[in-house]
Amino acid sequence: MELQTLTYIVVGITFAIYIGIAIWARAGSTKEFYIAGGGIHPVANGMATAADWMSAASFISMAGLIAFMGYGGSVFLMGWTGGFVILAMLLAPYLRKYGKFTVPEFIGDRFYSRTARIVAVVCLIICSVTYVIGQMKGIGVAFSRFLEVSYDTGLLVGMCIVFFYAVLGGMKGITYTQIAQYCILILAYTIPAIFISLSLTGNPIPQLGFGSTLSGSDVYLLDRLDQVVTELGFAEYTTSVRLSTVNMFAYTLSLMIGTAGLPHVIIRFFTVPKVKDARSSAGWALVFIAILYTTAPAVAGMARLNLMNTIEPTSGENLAYDDRPQWFKNWEKTGLLQFEDKNGDGLIQYTADKTTNEMVKVDRDIMVLANPEIAQLPNWVIALVAAGGLAAALSTAAGLLLAISSAISHDLLKGVFMPDISEKQELMASRIAMAGAIALAGYLGFNPPDFAAGTVALAFGLAASSIFPALMMGIFSSRINKEGAIAGMIAGITVTLLYVFQHKGIMFVPGTEFLGDMPSNWFFGIEPNAFGAIGAVVNFTVAFAVSRSTQAPPKHIQELVEHIRVPSGVKEAQDH
Amino acid sequence: MSFKSESDAKAYWKENLALMVKLLLIWFVVSFGCGILLVDVLNQIQIGGYKLGFWFAQQGSIYTFVILVFYYTKKMGQLDRKYGVDDE
Repeated sequence: MELQTLTYIVVGITFAIYIGIAIWARAGSTKEFYIAGGGIHPVANGMATAADWMSAASFISMAGLIAFMGYGGSVFLMGWTGGFVILAMLLAPYLRKYGKFTVPEFIGDRFYSRTARIVAVVCLIICSVTYVIGQMKGIGVAFSRFLEVSYDTGLLVGMCIVFFYAVLGGMKGITYTQIAQYCILILAYTIPAIFISLSLTGNPIPQLGFGSTLSGSDVYLLDRLDQVVTELGFAEYTTSVRLSTVNMFAYTLSLMIGTAGLPHVIIRFFTVPKVKDARSSAGWALVFIAILYTTAPAVAGMARLNLMNTIEPTSGENLAYDDRPQWFKNWEKTGLLQFEDKNGDGLIQYTADKTTNEMVKVDRDIMVLANPEIAQLPNWVIALVAAGGLAAALSTAAGLLLAISSAISHDLLKGVFMPDISEKQELMASRIAMAGAIALAGYLGFNPPDFAAGTVALAFGLAASSIFPALMMGIFSSRINKEGAIAGMIAGITVTLLYVFQHKGIMFVPGTEFLGDMPSNWFFGIEPNAFGAIGAVVNFTVAFAVSRSTQAPPKHIQELVEHIRVPSGVKEAQDH
Repeated sequence: MSFKSESDAKAYWKENLALMVKLLLIWFVVSFGCGILLVDVLNQIQIGGYKLGFWFAQQGSIYTFVILVFYYTKKMGQLDRKYGVDDE
């Protein structure tokens, strides 16, 4: 069967499964199937959290970035898993004990201030919109490939589909739909990895195959990879540091604490029955995430090796442009892969030297989707990868858009500015907010500040610099008062935003960078994607300094801090 | 249910913090330590095709994280029971 037809069928079937489960779950006992019902087992909740968490950045983009960064790409692997350790130990159990539904509500209550709540909402919206831009990039790449159109057209189609998907968003909250999404997503990721590992090394487990010898030889895969890339002038795969050790340190830290500060992940831990379930849910979520995250480096390395071998099958003998495989032609149509015959010999030269390199554009975000085609896997595997990528991107984008629209309509409008608003008006406002957020994120997605995973990393940096320190100090210090928390959040996110905008343009609009005479990455060589770690330090410092010089929080707040440290006596999470 | 006495509450919190510090130390050592700061030293050791530092950065740290969270969950469960603050 033709690949495109098969892709439509597989994508169609998976979506039918999600919607079918949603309808079946509603038809049963409504309350029990919602996460807030409380009867969800930690394993199930962990799986659903993993589906929620893994977006286009994890599925479509990350392995592609690692494929070209090598060792330097480890920042994503450690950063996006290590955060769950912090989440499980420092935040989830205490926030669960507190028993409210949203992060701004906790911050508003703990710091006894409506201003603190508004500041938290604004920070949340900034992080989430940036996050959605990253998803839009991934969605645009996926749609452009499967409709065989340019990236811009693919993005437009994707925006429309996201809108309908998000408006239908009720199914988002049903844990069983997310479990199905997780299963599709993880199968779509691991099956091609197993095939590729088997054909390259003879070992079906990618995590082991990556450290094995190549089939029919006694050369280790990683040694061969190092050799191939260095011969063409690229940095050695297994040792290429991302900019500097300091930068890698800050990047990893920023992603870790950003994970623990992102509201759509934290919310999942508000809804388990008991404090001990909040702890183990984080553990199970990490197990299900780790399956993908330990496969990803193998996918990355093997994809890079296959790509190099396709273009230059044996050293010095390059592929003729006219003989290029079908996947090459298909990706050329999207504009994300570009070839330019600089020396006019009709052969493809791919080197690290800009003047002789003829692969003038290889968008990192195409690698995971192109990988099964490059490895010449059967068509049904390629179609499955497409379905998995779309599930990852659409579910996370929809979840974030719901978070943004409810923050605007519920926390800001009803909670603060227009308390008398009717339910119907509130719903209307949330729809408008959602459409607005999609339009804004989509518009910025035409010129994304980075590849999908890089853009999402920016969002994590913003969360790391604003929300995470406020939550930490709210739980672990009874001395931090409202003045300190508000000043800290504002200082942290402002510093981070300024550094990012300096490099990437104001609101990521190209041409509005204002570095002036300063070299890029001027602060200790730290790149903007990693600056959230510095923003967090600023946040903590300012909050402590301001709190010390102002009045201590009132007695009942200090009692609240004592109260959330006791794990027993949990009430069901309350909606406002 | 809550703590029997003020001193119980203090002792519970102290034990909780001690466990947390211990586990976060391991968390730091496997990722920032073995995966980033000491990567060049560890890369001189090779296990199969993996350089050890590279393995920690792309595989080993993640496995350790999973173990850490489950160990924490188990230990905290014991601690809750010891002080009678579990919700059973």
